[in-house]
Amino acid sequence: MVDAPEPFWIRERRLGAGITVIGLIATFVFGSLAESKTARFTLSADASGAAISINGQVGAILFGLITVALGVVMLTGRARRWQTLLLSLGILAFVLSFLCWQVAGKFLPLVDTLDGSLEYALPLILGALAGVLGERSGVVNVAIEGQFLMGAFGAALVGTLATSVWAGLISAMVGGVIIAAMLAVLAIRFLVDQVVVGIVLNLFALGITGFLYERLMQPNALKYNQPPKMPEWKIPGLSHIPVIGPVLFDANLLVWLALILVPVIHLALKNTRWGLRTRAVGEHPTAADTVGVRVRGLRYVNVLLGGVIAGAGGAYFTLVSTGAFNKNMTAGAGFIALAALIFGRWTPFGALGAALFFGFAQKLAYYLSVAGSPVPNQFLNMLPYIATIIAVAGLVGRVRAPAADGVPYVKS
Amino acid sequence: MSTEVAEKPAPPKPKQDSFLALFLKNLWSANTVTVTVLSIFLALVIGAVLIVISDSDVLSKFSYFTARPSDALNASWDLISSAYADLFKGAILDPASIQAWADGTGTWQAALNPISETLTYATPLVFTGLSVAIAFRGGLFNIGGQGQAVIGCVLGAVAGFAFSLPAGIHLIVALLFGLIGGALWGFLPGLLKARAGAHEVITTIMLNYVATLFLGWLILQKGVQDPNRSDAISKAVKSTAVLPALPSPLRVHLGIVLAVLVTAGVAWLINRSSFGFELRAVGVNPPAAKTAGMSVARTYTLLMVVAGGLAGLGGAVQVLGTADKLTAQVAGNIGFDGLLVALLGRNKPWGTLLAAILYGALRAGGNLMQVDVGISLELVTVLQALIVIFIAAPALVKAIFQLRAARAARLGASLAKGW
Repeated sequence: MVDAPEPFWIRERRLGAGITVIGLIATFVFGSLAESKTARFTLSADASGAAISINGQVGAILFGLITVALGVVMLTGRARRWQTLLLSLGILAFVLSFLCWQVAGKFLPLVDTLDGSLEYALPLILGALAGVLGERSGVVNVAIEGQFLMGAFGAALVGTLATSVWAGLISAMVGGVIIAAMLAVLAIRFLVDQVVVGIVLNLFALGITGFLYERLMQPNALKYNQPPKMPEWKIPGLSHIPVIGPVLFDANLLVWLALILVPVIHLALKNTRWGLRTRAVGEHPTAADTVGVRVRGLRYVNVLLGGVIAGAGGAYFTLVSTGAFNKNMTAGAGFIALAALIFGRWTPFGALGAALFFGFAQKLAYYLSVAGSPVPNQFLNMLPYIATIIAVAGLVGRVRAPAADGVPYVKS
Repeated sequence: MSTEVAEKPAPPKPKQDSFLALFLKNLWSANTVTVTVLSIFLALVIGAVLIVISDSDVLSKFSYFTARPSDALNASWDLISSAYADLFKGAILDPASIQAWADGTGTWQAALNPISETLTYATPLVFTGLSVAIAFRGGLFNIGGQGQAVIGCVLGAVAGFAFSLPAGIHLIVALLFGLIGGALWGFLPGLLKARAGAHEVITTIMLNYVATLFLGWLILQKGVQDPNRSDAISKAVKSTAVLPALPSPLRVHLGIVLAVLVTAGVAWLINRSSFGFELRAVGVNPPAAKTAGMSVARTYTLLMVVAGGLAGLGGAVQVLGTADKLTAQVAGNIGFDGLLVALLGRNKPWGTLLAAILYGALRAGGNLMQVDVGISLELVTVLQALIVIFIAAPALVKAIFQLRAARAARLGASLAKGW
């Protein structure tokens, strides 16, 4: 199963070859298809204001050539230290080449794009963080989708009944915890296969929210399904910083919650007693147990905490995004969060990066379909999924899950 | 004299339990059948609770429960019994239509309709369930049954309306196209798993979305879309490629026979063929299988091809037997339901067949329940998920009902393997 790396085709050279190939595609395909018109990347939310302008065809070819150059540097095998940086730059240049082709003769509002990317990424960040907590302690969480759905449903129902966003947010967390508790009990206490439990819990959440939606919300939407929307707060001063200001400092609480949780969980995993124990339990539960860590107890705590976070992620769908619950409204976001978790190598910052990448791909697909791209929008919508496959298969190399991830602990 | 008394210690009769006693003793132990039956029972109980708490009329009667409990209890009982009676009538038989047939006022079609509906819904699930089951036996989670089935639908339907071939041959060609399409869609994650170590759960889920989006694009293209329609619907499959069915309104078609044959084939493949031996060995312990000289990478790839082919065939059967044309929803949820079916059937081919029929029955009965009592079809999804949760956690069922430990301890929870 695991092939020994060949002497010449080391990982970096293989990645370099990949980057070179996509660079060539960018140069010749995007370059020849692009119109020779100006592509404007405006710094605001619409077509007005300051903009970075470039001729579409020139840009597509230029960034394509940069991609090729970066790939060739990697192919030489002399820059292994800078591998990750070169790889990221290569992908970035490729994306820019693609953008120059698509935007030629039109404009792309950068602020709007970043704002939208962050918004799409928001539930993914929270979902992936929930996964980080569970999986670093050794419990595979495939039920993120189910936690999202229960969270979204709880937020809509209680938010409407109490006409309060905060009651909605709290019950979203409760909804996430319900699924998390089922996952924890079945996986930790009853030793059921965790991937199986996760998948079945997703279906359970889909069924029960759909059932209650049709019985309660559909006949009487006014009474049960009109939650208030989460307010956007502006931080005076900071929100006037160009580009970043309107994106980060004119936002809702969930955005800040997600962005604060990333470093908090990172530091907590690294430095606190809880974090050390979590990692120990996820890597070698027997050893942790020997020195007196309560393995199952810690796993329960982590999975339930994950439920709180994923439930809050579910609140995004009803309190921030659409403003009403709908059947299966999460549409697979939980699975993309799972992919972001793996893509991000089970680390909080990795998960953040992966989630932002998926968010960007989604926003771009949306924008391009609105702007009338020659590529059919179904294919644009495939981008995040295909990117995930490529990422999981190749770019991250052989990702290593926590050693005891998914293995129930039975005291011997 | 005293010896006479001592001499006769009644020889201890060899205690031979009668068959019936043995049967009863084992009945209340945690064996496969008991756990399955009790799981279904528990799911129905929880379903009943859901039905009651989601009905505002009945719920309002509970507000004066202490004053007149009979009101609330009767109303609950009426609602639950009529819902579950519909579930039965829609899935197996409706006494009223049997009576009508006997009186000569009804037709035999109406009497057989529930069974026909059950089998119609069950047919594609057999294929997708087998697809998941065989992959499971080899240690792979094929969550991509949905995408593979969608591609199977697409290729089966395209072959069905684009080619002109004699009846029979056309059908076989269309089914083969579906099979090949699904196999290709399974080959990709298999290859990625074998070569790059990409986890098949992620890659297959992503390919599901890609397949669904591809279908959404394809049915709007010229040559595929029905020229007389403006909405997203394809041309109809030619009559030469349609699976023969019983006379209308019965919908059950030859696919169910094919499903039984394929089940037998998969049972042979898993239990009797050398590939089956390899896949089981790899499923139990990949390093050991490798040491024994098997190629784990090759087995994974081939296994996903076979699993994908089965799901693709399921999609083709769905489109050639029931749907006739491609729509965005043509594959429904058959791939995901296949997962549950395989789990319920404990990843055994014949078990999967039975589980598929049970799921088909729930679905067919759920339709009647929705029309008749107005209880959402989603209840069926909840029931299906609950059944599998209980089946997957036999220790839970055992604890709830205080079952004895089974004699043959084959019902241990399937231990997780992780990523």
